Amino acid sequence: MKSDIIAKLRAGREYRGLAGLDGPLAYMRGTHSISYGEIVEIMGSDGKRRSGQVLDTSDDAVCVQVFEGTEGLSMPDTRMRFLGEPLTLSVSDSMLGRVMNGLGKARDGGSDPRGAEERDVNGAAINPTSREYPRDFIQTGISVIDGMTTLIQGQKLPIFSGNGMSHNQLAAQIARQAKVRGSKSEFAIVFAAMGVKYDIAKYFIDSFEESGVIDNVALFLSLADDPSIERTITPRTALTLAEHLAFDLGMQVLVIMTDMTNYCESLREISTLRGEIPSRKGYPGYLYSNLAELYERSGKIAGKSGSITQLPILTMPNDDISHPIPDLTGYITEGQIVFDRELHGKGIYPPINPLPSLSRLMKDGIGEGMTRDDHPHLSNQLFASCSHVKEVRNLASVIGEEELTQTDHLYLDFGDFFERKFLSQRYDEDRSIEETLDLAWQALSILPPEELQRLTEEEISAHYKG
Amino acid sequence: MQERVIGRVKRVNGPVLTVKGITDAGMMELVHVSASRIVGEVVKLSGSEATVQVYEDATGIKPGDEVIGSGMSLSCELAPGLIGSIYDGIQRPLEALQAVSGCFLGKGIEVPSVDHEKKWHFFPLVKEGDEARPGMKLGYVQESENIKHYIMVPDEISLTGPVTFIAPEGDYTVTETIARVGERELSMTQHHAIRIPRRVSKRLSLEKPLITGLRVIDSLFPLAKGGTVAIPGGFGTGKTMTQHSIAQWCDADIIVYIGCGERGNEMTDVLREFPHLYDPRTGRSLMERTILIANTSNMPVSAREASIYTGITMAEYYRDMGYDVAIMADSTSRWAEALRELSGRMEEMPAEEGFPAYLATRIAAFYERAGHMESLSGDEGSVSVIGAVSPPGGDFSEPVTQHTRRFVRCFWGLDRSLASARHYPAISWLDSYSEYIDEVKPWWDSNSEGKWSSNRARVLELLQKETRLQQIVKLVGPDALPDSQNFILDVCSLVKTAFLQQNAFDEIDRYCSVEKQMAMLAILLEYYDRGAEAIGKGVPLAKLRRMSILSEIARMRFTVSNDSVSEIDRLSAKLVRAVARLEEMYEE
Repeated sequence: MKSDIIAKLRAGREYRGLAGLDGPLAYMRGTHSISYGEIVEIMGSDGKRRSGQVLDTSDDAVCVQVFEGTEGLSMPDTRMRFLGEPLTLSVSDSMLGRVMNGLGKARDGGSDPRGAEERDVNGAAINPTSREYPRDFIQTGISVIDGMTTLIQGQKLPIFSGNGMSHNQLAAQIARQAKVRGSKSEFAIVFAAMGVKYDIAKYFIDSFEESGVIDNVALFLSLADDPSIERTITPRTALTLAEHLAFDLGMQVLVIMTDMTNYCESLREISTLRGEIPSRKGYPGYLYSNLAELYERSGKIAGKSGSITQLPILTMPNDDISHPIPDLTGYITEGQIVFDRELHGKGIYPPINPLPSLSRLMKDGIGEGMTRDDHPHLSNQLFASCSHVKEVRNLASVIGEEELTQTDHLYLDFGDFFERKFLSQRYDEDRSIEETLDLAWQALSILPPEELQRLTEEEISAHYKG
Repeated sequence: MQERVIGRVKRVNGPVLTVKGITDAGMMELVHVSASRIVGEVVKLSGSEATVQVYEDATGIKPGDEVIGSGMSLSCELAPGLIGSIYDGIQRPLEALQAVSGCFLGKGIEVPSVDHEKKWHFFPLVKEGDEARPGMKLGYVQESENIKHYIMVPDEISLTGPVTFIAPEGDYTVTETIARVGERELSMTQHHAIRIPRRVSKRLSLEKPLITGLRVIDSLFPLAKGGTVAIPGGFGTGKTMTQHSIAQWCDADIIVYIGCGERGNEMTDVLREFPHLYDPRTGRSLMERTILIANTSNMPVSAREASIYTGITMAEYYRDMGYDVAIMADSTSRWAEALRELSGRMEEMPAEEGFPAYLATRIAAFYERAGHMESLSGDEGSVSVIGAVSPPGGDFSEPVTQHTRRFVRCFWGLDRSLASARHYPAISWLDSYSEYIDEVKPWWDSNSEGKWSSNRARVLELLQKETRLQQIVKLVGPDALPDSQNFILDVCSLVKTAFLQQNAFDEIDRYCSVEKQMAMLAILLEYYDRGAEAIGKGVPLAKLRRMSILSEIARMRFTVSNDSVSEIDRLSAKLVRAVARLEEMYEE
């Protein structure tokens, strides 16, 4: 109580003169005691107002990271106001249809969106006992995803891609086509761009406009030429809005975050500046916990109708899936959709390699009453057969195709059909789950029925097109 | 000791605080920081300064805030009511937290770990005047249908002497006095510091296997009760699924499942699923033998570090009552990373890949808490530790996997290529090993008419041969091999689909009894023996392949239930007849 009053009186005090500047970090001495995580307003002699957050605080100095960058600040003329509270976002559904920067300020020329409630952008962990296990199937209209790595409402399913591949097209297509069957409610889309080029942001905006969903989209853009430090806060801002939409207003929210690699690069930049001990490839030791703080902000809560489904996009540096960023992401998310350079080279869209791709939640979201009764075994069989195709192709490249057995030739045919017909589809092709499954049966019917060990005899007699 | 102010915050750097003005803080003492009473622990003392790691988000803590010492180390509250609960890493019940702070976790909330209001029906086991000593059983309450929760004298030197009071049979809460030793009043609750192993009278040798119902584990790479095993595997290889299956079906009396830095939805899955699954031995709900600890990846990192100690302390407590306890830690890599993160914040000198130099010591100390023990009261119990390891990039040469390997005696390596082909459990028969074979051999052989060890060795030998042959096939194609060698490939492929793979979602296949496992192994080896003989007599492989009995064998894991294992003997007889018919056809 007494300390509360003192804290209130001190909030908003302004200090002038910095003790040091280092990249996006500003140091100040001789302040009152500042709490960890407190938000700071910084006014430079250029008259520009910036915001920052306390990263380290002690008796004699505080270290503040400045989101808009420190260019133009000078040591003696900079003033700082410590606001006495953590970074918040004023949330409101009026943010749908708006374009904002990484901190939630207007970027489209309008006034800053104001909401009724201020939320801490760091959020709080959902109590595991309050969660509801996600099991509602989302139809994306993309065969390989619906059939083999099914997306579930409330899931976090990243796209592991590489530079120059068509992950943006795929994300936009999913955003346009995603629907929960039998439910009328549409997805609200929260889009967070971190360090991507303007053209890519524009591509998404155009694509949302064309399909007429733009009024249902909130965009948080922190582009490649914006200060790198803003990227570290962008996904938090976006997810804070998503939580409001989903858990206060009961909406189905799809969050697209691109590119997570840039986010991690920014974290590494700040960590290095602070002289922290690095772990793998110079990334800070807390990268896992930090990514988890983002990815775990998805799911469903028992007793609430909304949900947050995350679709983070990351480009694997040098297409290396064991790089710390995809690796740690894969350990947190509920599966992954992996792009393949070779398929991309063959001109196949989407170039998804089904074998390393996985959806951990699909087991409870497919089958009778949800998709179709043969779906679980069918997808299992597709995986087994695709895996065999890979072996046969390796063998063929050593001993030549002529030397292969009859059955192995059929596997090669199956592989081709799978890639050309099942995997490939147009940017605007929206296949229903029945079409997808029928197509899968058509592919598997190339193989003799004895090879289909993962399917039951009843399923084979019902669907096999021999 | 009383709560008192031990110092004031000097610096805040994430979850690590520097505290000044320290006079009488204890090492590893539990503290509360600032007016919001954020929980922390003293991890370093130097001069008048202390380093404190806090178990909750540090946002809002500022220099000058009071640090209040509790006078005791971070401890577990051990009392009836643990079973069926779900806790965070420092044993706060998540359901009670939900009642206080809603569906998002709040900070600085203090709730008792077990219900202090609930009355338990207590049965005394001693009389007044009996000589008490630490660990002695004073009485028991029926905690769940199959678990008698024994109330033991806490392990303190002063608690030796005559019992001066013992409560009569009746209903008591966990805080009411149920006994007096000398002047000391004892309730059903005791506290134990989580980082200190509970004392036992002696370690016993391991004898029995922990039966998990997973064929590849029980038949090929068994774990002994009281043993330790590591399950390493990259993401998506099925560590969590394997852990879940073991937690569901293994024959331990009590399961402690620690979700250490893993996904929130996975814990929800366990929470929603376990109450509806039934223990195959007792027919009771699995939740009646399970304690869950959920410190998901987005919950505070220092509590993640504490979570595995909280779990193993509870496991040891039930072991001391005479139970076989199995503890699953998913994943120990997250725990090691929490150590790394905290060590980095304390600016300690790193060793390999940023991990602190004491990583190996900590891993060793944790796994060494497993074992088959005689408790202070003279009862035999065991703690088996099943630790998942998540090596970055699936590379088993990284420090956590390597150090873990040094201290466990069983290794179930998960293989990415098996997982990609959806061969589950993706336990590799080439990388995995078990050093418990000799210990569990007497048990297994007496339960399989002496066949287990020889059949196991034969199957493993076949699988080894297959790997060599596969390498040849990769170079020259299968047609270059003679029928007898191609037949080995056939048999192994059948062993993989019919025996090694197991479907965790199939009503019948998810749990495989010891008898069924033995019968399945026997019929597969029968096929190899008979088939090899037939090929020797000139029967072409193509004919053997076309026997209709093979698809019945391939599906026996789904079709033959654990109660009708004799079905497999019938299949076996049919197989022998079918091969004999072929032999007749080709006899000249």
